Amino acid sequence: MLAYWRRVKIENELIYLFLRSPVTQVAAIVALVSVLGALLAPLIAPTNPYDLASFDLLDSFYPPSWTDQGDPRFLIGTDDQGRDLLSAILYGTRLSLLVGVSSVAFAAVLGTSLGIAAGYFGGRFDAVVMRIADVQLSLPAILTALLVDGVTRGIMPREQHEDLLLVVLTVAIGLSLWVNFARTARASTFVERNKEYVQAAEIMGLHPMRIMAVAILPNILGPLMVIGTIDLAVAILLEATLSFLGVGVPPNTPSLGTLIRVGTEYIFSGEWWIVIFPAMSLIFLIISVNILGDFFRTVLNPRLR
Amino acid sequence: MGSLLSVTDLTVEYPTRFGVFTAIERINLSLEPGEIHGLVGESGAGKSTIGAAIIGLIAAPGYIANGDVKLHGESLRSLSADAYHKLRGAKISMIFQDPQTSLNPLLTIEDQMVETIRQHSDVSYSEARAQALALLEETGIRDAQSRMSEYPHQFSGGMRQRVVIALALCTNPDLIIADEPTTALDVSIQKQILALIRELAQTRKVGFILITHDIGVIAEITDSVTVLRGGKLMETGKTAQVLGTPQHEYTKALMAAVPRLDKRLDRFSNILQDEPDLPTPELLWKVEGASDTFATDWLLRGERQAAHDGPVLSVRDLEVTFNASGTFSWRKSEGFKALKNINLDVMPGQVMGVIGESGSGKSTLAKAIVGLVRPSAGQMQFNGAPLPYGRDRGRNHAARRKIQMVFQDPYSSLNNRRKIEDIIGEPIRFFGLADDRAERRKIVASVLDLVEMPQRAMLKYPHQFSGGQRQRIAVARALVARPEFLICDEPTSALDVSIQAQILNLLKDLQGKFGLSILFISHNLAVVRQMSDQVAVLKNGELVETGAADAFFEAPQHAYSKLLLSETPSLASIAA
Repeated sequence: MLAYWRRVKIENELIYLFLRSPVTQVAAIVALVSVLGALLAPLIAPTNPYDLASFDLLDSFYPPSWTDQGDPRFLIGTDDQGRDLLSAILYGTRLSLLVGVSSVAFAAVLGTSLGIAAGYFGGRFDAVVMRIADVQLSLPAILTALLVDGVTRGIMPREQHEDLLLVVLTVAIGLSLWVNFARTARASTFVERNKEYVQAAEIMGLHPMRIMAVAILPNILGPLMVIGTIDLAVAILLEATLSFLGVGVPPNTPSLGTLIRVGTEYIFSGEWWIVIFPAMSLIFLIISVNILGDFFRTVLNPRLR
Repeated sequence: MGSLLSVTDLTVEYPTRFGVFTAIERINLSLEPGEIHGLVGESGAGKSTIGAAIIGLIAAPGYIANGDVKLHGESLRSLSADAYHKLRGAKISMIFQDPQTSLNPLLTIEDQMVETIRQHSDVSYSEARAQALALLEETGIRDAQSRMSEYPHQFSGGMRQRVVIALALCTNPDLIIADEPTTALDVSIQKQILALIRELAQTRKVGFILITHDIGVIAEITDSVTVLRGGKLMETGKTAQVLGTPQHEYTKALMAAVPRLDKRLDRFSNILQDEPDLPTPELLWKVEGASDTFATDWLLRGERQAAHDGPVLSVRDLEVTFNASGTFSWRKSEGFKALKNINLDVMPGQVMGVIGESGSGKSTLAKAIVGLVRPSAGQMQFNGAPLPYGRDRGRNHAARRKIQMVFQDPYSSLNNRRKIEDIIGEPIRFFGLADDRAERRKIVASVLDLVEMPQRAMLKYPHQFSGGQRQRIAVARALVARPEFLICDEPTSALDVSIQAQILNLLKDLQGKFGLSILFISHNLAVVRQMSDQVAVLKNGELVETGAADAFFEAPQHAYSKLLLSETPSLASIAA
């Protein structure tokens, strides 16, 4: 077992470089803690912020427990409604990650399939898809998200919209991110499709769908994974921004964005902890995901080394 | 000891994460002024490392672990980095393989040469310009006065290499290291550049170290030669002696693997075989019932065309035009005719060799036949039935299976993300040649046996194999479709000579066993000679000569064929 590990440590590019990059290791630990905290929130959080019975308005504005007026029940204090801030952050991260991951997945599937098809078939299809992508790119991501949110708000009854809020948010963020995937997939497909293994498949007469899925897709996955990690950070940030602006999740649902929004109202009245802790969690999460994305890019693209 | 350069016990090491790698080990080398010394060896022999060590440009983290390099009796290793930098260029120059990348594309030839001259000597601009002009004329640039102010892209490949040589001469060096100077060039241009190098060595008394993998080039111009393998010196001495009466086993094997232009051999013999591995579990791993005899039976079992008298493939008046129209353009442009008026017949069980220099349309012909490129005019017939063009050829057309292709670059012709089993199994699956997964597995293992690969290879990925092994896998993939007609597009040009000989032997064996008809495309005349029954010569998209191979190589008819034959460097020149 130990001998096997020793061999892997040297032969596997990814593990070898990872063990030599302390910054990446720290980032991985921070990201892991965030993800675990989010996944296990129902188990480890002291209270459930969705359960209205679990908090009391009388508990509001407790500072962190190590300060003079702190209460040992609330490790990093409470917010304006008396919610335990630590629990709110754990549940908030859970929501932010959920929206982030699903919107990136949505963008990846949409963008990659359009990109590969555009790169493989070329011609008019390619021209049309890429012009749409150009239009999409000229709209700021936040505007796309606001637009989708606004339109669905307009055409759906209020209750239905509340229920589908997360889906709407995911689609809105996903739509503003697919262009990256499409462009990268298309460029890589251009390179791959002229390689001889693709020609060998074409000579046999394999169906274009199979050539794209079996031959090309696995070969362009590397750069797409890099985009995926970097876009994950963007998506989490976008969710926080939208929630901060009040067009994301409803204000009483804890997400990193809503928590920061609530916190900003009290920052000048001395209740600094309400904004600082959610903001710190967001910053650490984004930085660590970005560092990991950068690491993958360096490993998967030898020219950058 | 050479009076110009002497290298003693030179050892270069590279620390890697797998431990210290010795790139070259205890190399000795000496050179007199005006001498051309060849360094020859296959990839990984350490040829370029020697050149880099002499000029002091070993890429970090590599270092010289031992030995000394002396120029005019003065040790270079004791020099400071600054002094070395001054010496480099002033006394030693370098010529690289690719003239495209060794010139700055944004500066005119004049700028580049004058700058180099003024770097090393204190002369005025006009003096430097006059020197540059003289050098360009000396290296055979016609109309140098006006061409000086042009940019590198305005020169052809051969002219560009002349400019690179002129640039190397700017500082009047005593030693020039030429690293594969003619590899990127066509044979006719190669001949001229080699003649220029020889002339410079004689008139200017410059010592050349010529690094190449091509024994023909070595035989053609070098005075002495060093044969290298895996960083170790195998044999050194006068060229005529080393190549004429090789002493070392490796040199003998290397010489045996070089395809001959003067006669056709049935097989390459006495070539270097891969080291026979010990019977490790790796080699003993077998799929039950799989063997090369099973593969032979299975491949022969396929339905054969009932004896058809005429040619397997016949091409009439074929024409291919590129860029006839753009995506959004409403005007039809003229386009570029890659192939004009091609008429070709390939008889059953015969090998048709197609010869041509780069840009002659060899690969376009192959692509038109397999349906990757759409011809603009002409007819093709396969087994007497018309062969539809490009995408008109349905995915279930019989020719999709019966015509298979082996590509030039084994590094891009296999999908790196799939296991060998899936790569070779794909045609079996697609053409429905096996009933179930187990049978497919058995066929894949057997065919691997047939191309002399261990059966266990099917569990691995392409990056775990060398170029020669990959090409064997590519041959296996083409074979399992049970083709009747095989197109080989430069199948060995990316391989070392000893591997090339192995692959050519394999192709000959398979061709004999299964009676395949082959279209064999190559720029290398000697390789075509070894493989072909019939020969076709392409030039700028036109067929200039076709005929039986033996007659063609004895007495070519067309002037261009004669030129090609006379300009191919051959081993015959050492006898003289």
